Amino acid sequence: MPTVLVLATFADAVPSRATLELLTLARRVGDPVVVVLEEVSEAAAAVLAAHGVTRVLSVQDPAFDAYLVAPKSEALTQVVDAVGPALVLLTSSVEGKEVAGRLAVRLGASLVTDAVDLDADGTATKSVFAGGWTTRARGGRDVGVVTVKPNSVTPEPVEGWSPVAVEPVAVTLSDAARGARITARDPRAGSGRPGLTEATVVVSGGRGTGGDFAEVEALADALGGAVGASRAAVDAGWYPHAYQVGQTGTTVSPQLYVAAGISGAIQHRAGMQTSKAVVAINSDGEAPIFALADLGVVGDLHEVLDAVVAGLKADQA
Amino acid sequence: MKIVVCVKHVPDASADRVFADDLTVDREGTDGLLSELDEYAVEQALRLAEAGDDVEVVVLTVGPDDATAAIKRALQMGVGSGVHVLDDALHGTDVLGTSTVLAAAVTKAGADLVVCGMSSTDGAMGVLPAMLAERLGWPGATYAGRLEVADGHATIVREDDTARLTVEVDLPAVVSVTDQSGEARYPSMKGILAAKKKPVQTWDLDDLGLDPADVGLGAAWAHVVGAEPRPDRGAGQVVEDRDGSGAGAVLEFLAAGRYA
Ligand SMILES: Cc1cc2nc3c(=O)[nH]c(=O)nc-3n(C[C@H](O)[C@H](O)[C@H](O)COP(=O)(O)OP(=O)(O)OC[C@H]3O[C@@H](n4cnc5c(N)ncnc54)[C@H](O)[C@@H]3O)c2cc1C
Ligand SMILES: Cc1cc2nc3c(=O)[nH]c(=O)nc-3n(C[C@H](O)[C@H](O)[C@H](O)COP(=O)(O)OP(=O)(O)OC[C@H]3O[C@@H](n4cnc5c(N)ncnc54)[C@H](O)[C@@H]3O)c2cc1C
Repeated sequence: MPTVLVLATFADAVPSRATLELLTLARRVGDPVVVVLEEVSEAAAAVLAAHGVTRVLSVQDPAFDAYLVAPKSEALTQVVDAVGPALVLLTSSVEGKEVAGRLAVRLGASLVTDAVDLDADGTATKSVFAGGWTTRARGGRDVGVVTVKPNSVTPEPVEGWSPVAVEPVAVTLSDAARGARITARDPRAGSGRPGLTEATVVVSGGRGTGGDFAEVEALADALGGAVGASRAAVDAGWYPHAYQVGQTGTTVSPQLYVAAGISGAIQHRAGMQTSKAVVAINSDGEAPIFALADLGVVGDLHEVLDAVVAGLKADQA
Repeated sequence: MKIVVCVKHVPDASADRVFADDLTVDREGTDGLLSELDEYAVEQALRLAEAGDDVEVVVLTVGPDDATAAIKRALQMGVGSGVHVLDDALHGTDVLGTSTVLAAAVTKAGADLVVCGMSSTDGAMGVLPAMLAERLGWPGATYAGRLEVADGHATIVREDDTARLTVEVDLPAVVSVTDQSGEARYPSMKGILAAKKKPVQTWDLDDLGLDPADVGLGAAWAHVVGAEPRPDRGAGQVVEDRDGSGAGAVLEFLAAGRYA
């Protein structure tokens, strides 16, 4: 079996859902080996082992937090040289893709970004042109680098696993990798909701909210989902840019996407069109978003969402 | 200071975009234009030129004949001159090859700063600026919502999922800017007329010292083996909300899909 190297990302010291998805895909192609660019607890290693990981490598270096992207990519190159994988998998986040791009340059490896599926031979499926086309691409050199969008598969644990010891790995970083100095970092206040890319449900509000996101947030909370926003809502100052869904915001592919008061411009669709199911609520029956909605409701979003949340609460009571 | 702005000519996203028989993008079938997000890169370069003495801005594109339209648009916006890397052998080049060609062209042009868009609107990989920086061995300050350049270094502010980062790089460097960086200007009538007289150089692979065998479809690291239009999502059910019927339909949908 070929080795598949997976760059794991952690959230609060545990493997992210996106990482467990990568492992599920990696097992189709070969034996997954995980590299983590931070400290790995025994509990975290156990979660990785339960998802079929045969080795856990941990690399720690202060440069990962002090400089942008390049040190992570350089470290990963050294791990690839040591492990000799046929394929490297990373998550399609802004950072994951940049690490992958630099890695591909260093290795002379093929690069496919934003895959949504992976075959046993490493052929990646991706959705392009704002979801209008599906392409399949294969790497043509020794190693392939593929980034996978979160929410592409359901993470599956393996049966019968045994604990894996964490192997610390030392790397030597060049001065060139320390080119982009991070001089300030203002952490975003947590919303208490799941992250946009990882959430299985996203409820987004647009200009049609008129600035009142109360019902949008209430439905997101009732479904355990994340809140998103259109650029019009962001530009109006109603929601921070970090919550923008679309071409220049975050790309999401949740199980369910609810668009409330969003017209469905191509730039918005580019960021949500791969959602598994779409519900749209809009007062204008001609809104383009209805063309891709599994369920469309022509009506006032405040009234409709309010009644939906009330209905969900009544069901739970 | 010399600023090179990388711009891509892409099929219009509001029209039907299609693939050709060789599984590359059909660039004949759809009108092309300067990738919308590269207008922000042009804008930032022009602002730097207006704010500083002795700043030269050059626009650079790699693409077929039609790609001159992207250069023309940037010249109309106010950029001083253009470079078009044009060579039949480039057809079907993947991102590894494109970054090689751009790196060679930037080196030949000579630059203190390269400004890119955050992502093209066709390939939309969002990785080229980082790869270009890696090839040039320069620092990369990417996804800038704000860009300042002074005294031989650039400072950017970048927002990611978890934090707002301030990043500093010494020049030469590669920067990519987002659509948060500032609205791009429209060409003025004066700009449109002036653009006609601005110089555009055309370079082929030979001019860049590159071997045609290393680029193009045949040499691509990544091979596209299939491309299909997505089956029409088939607009689902649409209901008018009357006396709470809208909420009822949503609740049924949520229950049927086990979302709630
Ligand atoms: C370079 C570039 C990048 C962009 N990137 C993005 C991006 O990443 N994400 C993004 O979203 N956009 C992006 N856009 C903007 C995009 O083109 C649209 O302008 C934007 O998506 C519109 O947002 P909206 O649907 O909320 O507003 P509108 O288009 O104004 O639509 C509001 C909708 O709300 C409905 N409505 C009004 N009142 C109610 C009510 N009470 N109840 C129900 N419905 C109601 C209206 O019928 C209308 O359909 C980008 C644009 C450019 C040029
Ligand atoms: C639908 C589609 C999917 C693709 N998927 C892949 C893939 O998975 N793997 C792969 O190897 N290739 C892929 N390609 C090819 C790839 O898009 C091109 O090689 C391309 O020029 C670089 O990638 P990008 O356009 O996505 O750039 P991005 O990284 O999205 O572009 C960022 C910036 O780089 C600059 N830039 C990009 N291209 C040029 C150019 N030609 N000239 C000047 N400046 C430029 C611009 O400033 C742009 O804003 C794909 C192409 C298409 C059309």
